[in-house]
Amino acid sequence: MNFSEVFKLSSLLCKFSPDGKYLASCVQYRLVVRDVNTLQILQLYTCLDQIQHIEWSADSLFILCAMYKRGLVQVWSLEQPEWHCKIDEGSAGLVASCWSPDGRHILNTTEFHLRITVWSLCTKSVSYIKYPKACLQGITFTRDGRYMALAERRDCKDYVSIFVCSDWQLLRHFDTDTQDLTGIEWAPNGCVLAVWDTCLEYKILLYSLDGRLLSAYSAYEWSLGIKSVAWSPSSQFLAVGSYDGKVRILNHVTWKMITEFGHPATINNPKTVVYKEAQKSPQLGLGCLSFPPPGAGAGPLPSSESKYEIASVPVSLQTLKPVTDRANPKIGIGMLAFSPDSYFLATRNDNTPNAVWVWDIQKLRLFAVLEQLSPVRTFQWDPQQPRLAICTGGSRLYLWSPAGCMSVQVPGEGDFAVLSLCWHLSGDSMALLSKDHVCLCFLETEAAVSTACRQLGGHT
Amino acid sequence: MGDWMTVTDRGLSSESKSISQYTSEIKMSPSSLYSQQVLCSSIPLSKNVHSFFSAFCTEDNIEQSVSYLDQELTTFGFPSLYEESKGKETKRELNIVAVLNCMNELLVLQRKNLLAQENVETQNLKLGSDMDHLQSCYSKLKEQLETSRREMIGLQERDRQLQCKNRNLHQLLKNEKDEVQKLQNIIASRATQYNHDMKRKEREYNKLKERLHQLVMNKKDKKIAMDILNYVGRADGKRGSWRTGKTEARNEDEMYKILLNDYEYRQKQILMENAELKKVLQQMKKEMISLLSPQKKKPRERVDDSTGTVISDVEEDAGELSRESMWDLSCETVREQLTNSIRKQWRILKSHVEKLDNQVSKVHLEGFNDEDVISRQDHEQETEKLELEIQQCKEMIKTQQQLLQQLATACDDDTTSLLRDCYLLEEKERLKEEWSLFKEQKKNFERERRSFTEAAIRLGLERKAFEEERASWLKQQFLNMTTFDHQNSENVKLFSAFSGSSDRDNLTVHSRQPQKKPHSVSNGSPVCMSKLTKSLPASPSTSDFCQTRSCISEHSSINVLNITPEEIKPNQVGGECTNQKWSVASRPGSQEGCYSGCSLTYTNSHVEKDDLP
Repeated sequence: MNFSEVFKLSSLLCKFSPDGKYLASCVQYRLVVRDVNTLQILQLYTCLDQIQHIEWSADSLFILCAMYKRGLVQVWSLEQPEWHCKIDEGSAGLVASCWSPDGRHILNTTEFHLRITVWSLCTKSVSYIKYPKACLQGITFTRDGRYMALAERRDCKDYVSIFVCSDWQLLRHFDTDTQDLTGIEWAPNGCVLAVWDTCLEYKILLYSLDGRLLSAYSAYEWSLGIKSVAWSPSSQFLAVGSYDGKVRILNHVTWKMITEFGHPATINNPKTVVYKEAQKSPQLGLGCLSFPPPGAGAGPLPSSESKYEIASVPVSLQTLKPVTDRANPKIGIGMLAFSPDSYFLATRNDNTPNAVWVWDIQKLRLFAVLEQLSPVRTFQWDPQQPRLAICTGGSRLYLWSPAGCMSVQVPGEGDFAVLSLCWHLSGDSMALLSKDHVCLCFLETEAAVSTACRQLGGHT
Repeated sequence: MGDWMTVTDRGLSSESKSISQYTSEIKMSPSSLYSQQVLCSSIPLSKNVHSFFSAFCTEDNIEQSVSYLDQELTTFGFPSLYEESKGKETKRELNIVAVLNCMNELLVLQRKNLLAQENVETQNLKLGSDMDHLQSCYSKLKEQLETSRREMIGLQERDRQLQCKNRNLHQLLKNEKDEVQKLQNIIASRATQYNHDMKRKEREYNKLKERLHQLVMNKKDKKIAMDILNYVGRADGKRGSWRTGKTEARNEDEMYKILLNDYEYRQKQILMENAELKKVLQQMKKEMISLLSPQKKKPRERVDDSTGTVISDVEEDAGELSRESMWDLSCETVREQLTNSIRKQWRILKSHVEKLDNQVSKVHLEGFNDEDVISRQDHEQETEKLELEIQQCKEMIKTQQQLLQQLATACDDDTTSLLRDCYLLEEKERLKEEWSLFKEQKKNFERERRSFTEAAIRLGLERKAFEEERASWLKQQFLNMTTFDHQNSENVKLFSAFSGSSDRDNLTVHSRQPQKKPHSVSNGSPVCMSKLTKSLPASPSTSDFCQTRSCISEHSSINVLNITPEEIKPNQVGGECTNQKWSVASRPGSQEGCYSGCSLTYTNSHVEKDDLP
């Protein structure tokens, strides 16, 4: 595993282009586009203010930089550096900006969700969509880029509008049987739309592309409901994580629950492999008395080593006692992700923040649990194979694959606290983001990694 | 005490009555005290009785005492002590006989009384002990009763407490339920209130939003604008189209197309899955049938319901027939048929397995040990029998040897000559048998020889052909040395493979037989010879085997082809056989010699064998 030198970064704004050739990163008001392979700066754009959001167009030709504070969006072309485009939302303000899948339209959401403005880069035409709903995930595009579903709110009722992206024509408009719609998400095949209600009520509705209600599912009542939703890449399964600390898997034929995955604090099943991150100071030899005791130093020491150990069941995981009288309590399944081949599901229960649970979807059982020393910040699957990258805000990168797992220290002077990460399309590299820096991590070829993992798995 | 009265027998009670009668009468007498004492006194006291009585009668009051006694006795029903007076004035004389009789009777009575007393006393004692026992029992039972009563009270107390607790818990539960109900109501009311509030707030919010919208949007904000250098082309290169009814229809069409595609894809997947499952079912069925059919017959025959097998066979046939069309048809009849047949088979299998299980358990329960023991006993018996037989045989052999020796030494006696005649006759018979056997063998040999010569001739012909072919091939190769062409080489390969195999054939056929011969000869009996002759006609099959073997190895032997047959022979033969004759036999010219040599070794070995004993 190799690491590039670190580059400056601000606000964790760093993205690979969809074609995998470029890497865009922001430093204050400057946008830097690098070649992924050579890491040489290809373009350098200067925006009017500090950039708060960047997004590549789907064809990797344009990149938009949003400055929400100023209500501004600036678009840059990679092919024509002199080409420029500036969209000013004026006094209406700006809270969100995104590309349409064709890469020629920009959807700007004004403040207070008054409307969505669709700006075209091809024509002068400007379209407005009124009544967008202010919610977590109110806009979703199908994977083929043909349709957009938008959550709306009119007269205290939730609606969903389906637009054809090519000409922004309204295709379907229907009300949903929800109290307070929170999110919508297309299935990867673009034929089913999942709509879920606010966390106060456990309700998930499935609509066909033509607006028919396919099914509604509710696991329980009178308790905090859905926290996270994820489609499997094969569109076969819909994983619903909820505040009761369970993931329920719905199937795509009957839309009934196949199984539910509980996240107990103790793991008793001997078939489950529990990897526990253990810390070791390098100066401590085997069998030597540790002095001062390892618990004395608070926080991970930069010089200390960490590795995974296989804990023997039963294992009890570190749990947090949630503060129940505050909003958004730290309980329930907050993160859910299917592996690209749909064979594995990674979850994080928010009251056991140090653990990542990996479930085997083929056998519908818990496959492995990784318990880190510090709370898991984020995890992301390799787009090419079942390999999970995890970061915990420390200077380490953790990788899991069915063969085993390993932790890698990010080199460089000082502590490189990995706050976020994103995989390159090919799965050969990833960008590790810290507060002020970005660093590229190049993984070995598949074979080399798998052997390494096997060795590691054998060792641990 | 009442018990005691009932327990005593009649005799005793009557005696006691008489005793009481005595005592009541005696009370009148002056010496009633004494008499009572006498009655109640035990045996040790009886000695004092005389002294007491002496005090009763003194010299002075003889008359009185006698009369008193007489009076007393008469009242008790004894005869009078006085003689019967003839006249009233005359003084009554004391009748001594009567006195003695009375005395005797009194004594007898006394003894009887004593006996009765003793009985009564023992009875009394017994009863006393009984009573003690009963009393102790009674007290014990009373104690038990007390303890159980106490226990009962304790239990009752506990029961009461538990009931109390239960009631409390019930109450608590009810309270909790009420609480839950109340809370649920509260939640519901709160929810409605919240919703209501939310709605109200939202309406307000919407109103504000509307106003804001108007304010912001209607001001014709100059700032809201897009500043762009030049418009870029669409990603698909097309120009944007106007929105018309047509586009709407087109969009609808496309949407439905997408949906249809999805459904079609899913249907295809389901069909595929179905087909796979059907395949699995079919295979399962086939396997079940194949598994059950051989085993099924035996129990079926036993149970003799052959109709079942017929039906199932018919069904199987039907299944076979429809299998071809099965994949295309997904109609219900086929499905039903398949599932039904599978179910039936499964039931049969299940019952079979259950039966087996039962058998196994039965065997485990009863049969296992017995059978084992029996077999062991049998073994022992058998071995004993065999040992005995061996012993007998040995003895027989010994006696026969002795007899033979006697015969050899002394042949002058008539008896011995007779015996010898007998033996000679026997020997003759045996020799005749052997002779016939030999003849048969000879015939076999002859037949063998004929076939062998034929084979050899054929081989020679083949060999000749091969030689020719080889020559031609070599020629061809020489010719093709300059212009090597691919097709030709392939032909050559094919040809060479064939020829190589045939060449090998010849060698291996010849060289295999000698390997067998010494082995069979070494077994060493005339019977073995016949075996050998039997095995000889089987040589074509062995040659077949050799052919296949050489076919397998033909790929590796292609390169050997360049070597001349003279070179091959030592290698091949040397590997398989050490006998020089067989290497000679492989030459086409000496087939006859081969066979003769072969037969020669047979006879030689046979002769050697005969010489051995």
